[in-house]
Amino acid sequence: MSERDEMIAPADEVELSGVVATLGDDAEAISVAPNWKLVWWRFRRHKLALIGGVVIIFVAIVAMFPGFFSTQDPNETVATDSFIPVQKLRFWHNGRFQIHVFDVEGKRNPETLRMEWFIDETTIIPLQLFSHGYAYQQFGQFETDRHLLGVTDPESEASFHLLGTDRLGRDQWSRLMYGTQVSLSIGLVAVLISTVLGILLGGISGYFGGWIDMVIQRMIEILQSLPPIPIWLALTAAMPRTWSVEQTYFAITIILSLIAWTTLGREVRGRFLALREEDFVVAAKLSGCSQMRIIFRHMVPTFYSHIIAATTLAIPVMIINETFLSFLGLGLRPPAISWGVLLQEAQNLQSIALAPWLLLPGLAVIITVLALNILGDGLRDAADPYSH
Amino acid sequence: MLLYVIKRLLLLPLLVIIFSMFAFFIIQAPPGDFVTSYIAELAASGSSIDQAQIDGLRSLYGLDQPIYVQYLKWMGRIITGDLGVSLDWQRPIAELIGERLLLTVLLGIFTFLFTWALAIPIGILSATKQYSFIDYFFTVVNYFGVSTPTFMTALVLMWLAFSKFGISITGLFSAEYVDAPWTYDRVVDMLKHMWLPMVILGLDGTARLARVMRANLLDELKKPYMEMARAKGMSEWRLVMKYPVRLALNPLVSTIGWYLPLIFSGSVIVATVLNLPTIGPMLLRSLTNQDMFLAGSIILIYGFLAIIGTLISDILLVWLDPRIRMEES
Repeated sequence: MSERDEMIAPADEVELSGVVATLGDDAEAISVAPNWKLVWWRFRRHKLALIGGVVIIFVAIVAMFPGFFSTQDPNETVATDSFIPVQKLRFWHNGRFQIHVFDVEGKRNPETLRMEWFIDETTIIPLQLFSHGYAYQQFGQFETDRHLLGVTDPESEASFHLLGTDRLGRDQWSRLMYGTQVSLSIGLVAVLISTVLGILLGGISGYFGGWIDMVIQRMIEILQSLPPIPIWLALTAAMPRTWSVEQTYFAITIILSLIAWTTLGREVRGRFLALREEDFVVAAKLSGCSQMRIIFRHMVPTFYSHIIAATTLAIPVMIINETFLSFLGLGLRPPAISWGVLLQEAQNLQSIALAPWLLLPGLAVIITVLALNILGDGLRDAADPYSH
Repeated sequence: MLLYVIKRLLLLPLLVIIFSMFAFFIIQAPPGDFVTSYIAELAASGSSIDQAQIDGLRSLYGLDQPIYVQYLKWMGRIITGDLGVSLDWQRPIAELIGERLLLTVLLGIFTFLFTWALAIPIGILSATKQYSFIDYFFTVVNYFGVSTPTFMTALVLMWLAFSKFGISITGLFSAEYVDAPWTYDRVVDMLKHMWLPMVILGLDGTARLARVMRANLLDELKKPYMEMARAKGMSEWRLVMKYPVRLALNPLVSTIGWYLPLIFSGSVIVATVLNLPTIGPMLLRSLTNQDMFLAGSIILIYGFLAIIGTLISDILLVWLDPRIRMEES
């Protein structure tokens, strides 16, 4: 959903300045500490936001090394292995530490002629950390076959599926790992584009004022009154089917940022307007600083933290938007893998009833978005260490 | 107040023109024109059309003329209520959209009322009992509400209802009422189905609005007039309801402007998952089948709904808040 500035509730919970509380009597440290240090002191008091930050670091590591975390080739289809259920990871076998999963056994149902899978608790598939598996390329450069988790004996041809398999017998866990890379980076790139647009246009609007401000403000108002979802749908549907995965990827980031920059643009404009009247800006002006120096040396650093908080809160919105566009079949298209593409497999009741584990990628969306929201809220509260 | 409303009304034609241009752009986006696809469609279904008819169609839609003439002709037809013909359904668009539009608006209004009926009490409760169990509880629920995509809620509920109770919760009508004319029984049947999409659509908005309400109310509760009223012996409950709540409602009213359109357009995804007979799934189908006149018309309708939402919030705000009225006059 689109996040508008009205939604951002004022930071009401922040009682006393956290800086004083953490440092006790050491008032001198506060008065000489640079801005980022004050923000950090305040932020680390927000325990929930810290947890959110740790979760995001984990997700980001997965997004950087999806091949290492996956267990099978995400695009490999095995027609005979469709809809294998989740094989739970187990750690103890006969009182000994041994990572393993139970094997599955398929039987064809004589009535529906559908393959039905049963967990066979008598045979185990032993697993091992840092084992060799299928070969993949890291950063498109280094070829390796090292994985976090794999079968102990690569020759045995045994396969295991931590999150089950989909309609085409592809391993959902591995697909989720690669989907994380695409979904997270699409959110990041889209937010990056809208941040640049927002700072540029919002800054121009707030700094120059006058008719330029008028035009940009009306433009923002009109863009914000457009219903975003039908417009995204229409624009993504207009992308030619022949476009490559990379082309659709960038087209989607641009389409998503078309409306999203307005929120940040307004915020930056508001900051510029407020700062113009501040004493330190007037002082800088009187001491003969150039305009450029005033803007970049005096004004912009005071709202770095706000921009970081605002962009952190914009990323989850982008991730959800990409997810539902792909979910509806208008965003990224297979063979691209994103969370939305994965959830597309769970689009109708028949497939969920047959294979409820197809819904699990949704959990990844919820956890990531939740962590980003909490982290963003914490950053926003800490962004202004001089408040109160 | 009248002046203010008129001022806002004057902005509307501009918005309408921008929307219609965008919708027209969508119609023009795919390669080929309407008549070529129409001929292809006819050929595919085995029937044919003679050259005179083709030329007639071309001049009717102005396809032999420059683009702005085509746009003006299209607008002219829309103003007279002729939205064109859907290629995919082979029926006039106005006829196709009619009932679906009614259901879309009904669902939107129900969701909206549901959200407000839930968000305001939650907001008041969490603000007056700040840092209590109930406040933390709703904070957690709110975070989840904001972080869960609506279609995920719909999918999970659909799966639960099916696997635990063996029922299918899709659609807005029972099988026997799907094509039935409007009767009392059909309305009752619709209301029985309406609550679930309403709850799913409203969760996200409830979470956001409750947060806005809580934050606004917290700001008001700190103000000196509260102390004053308490000192005079006013009962706490009456005091809260009489002054700060009314003040805290103002910013909430200004959210109608974007929230109402968001419900209408946001229902596209949930309606698709739950297979609801609203205009959302129809937009999706028309876009995937390149039935562009239908898609353009639906986008135009979404635009109108957005404008109406903005207008309602503007007027309500003026009516509620004397400060805006004074400023304008």
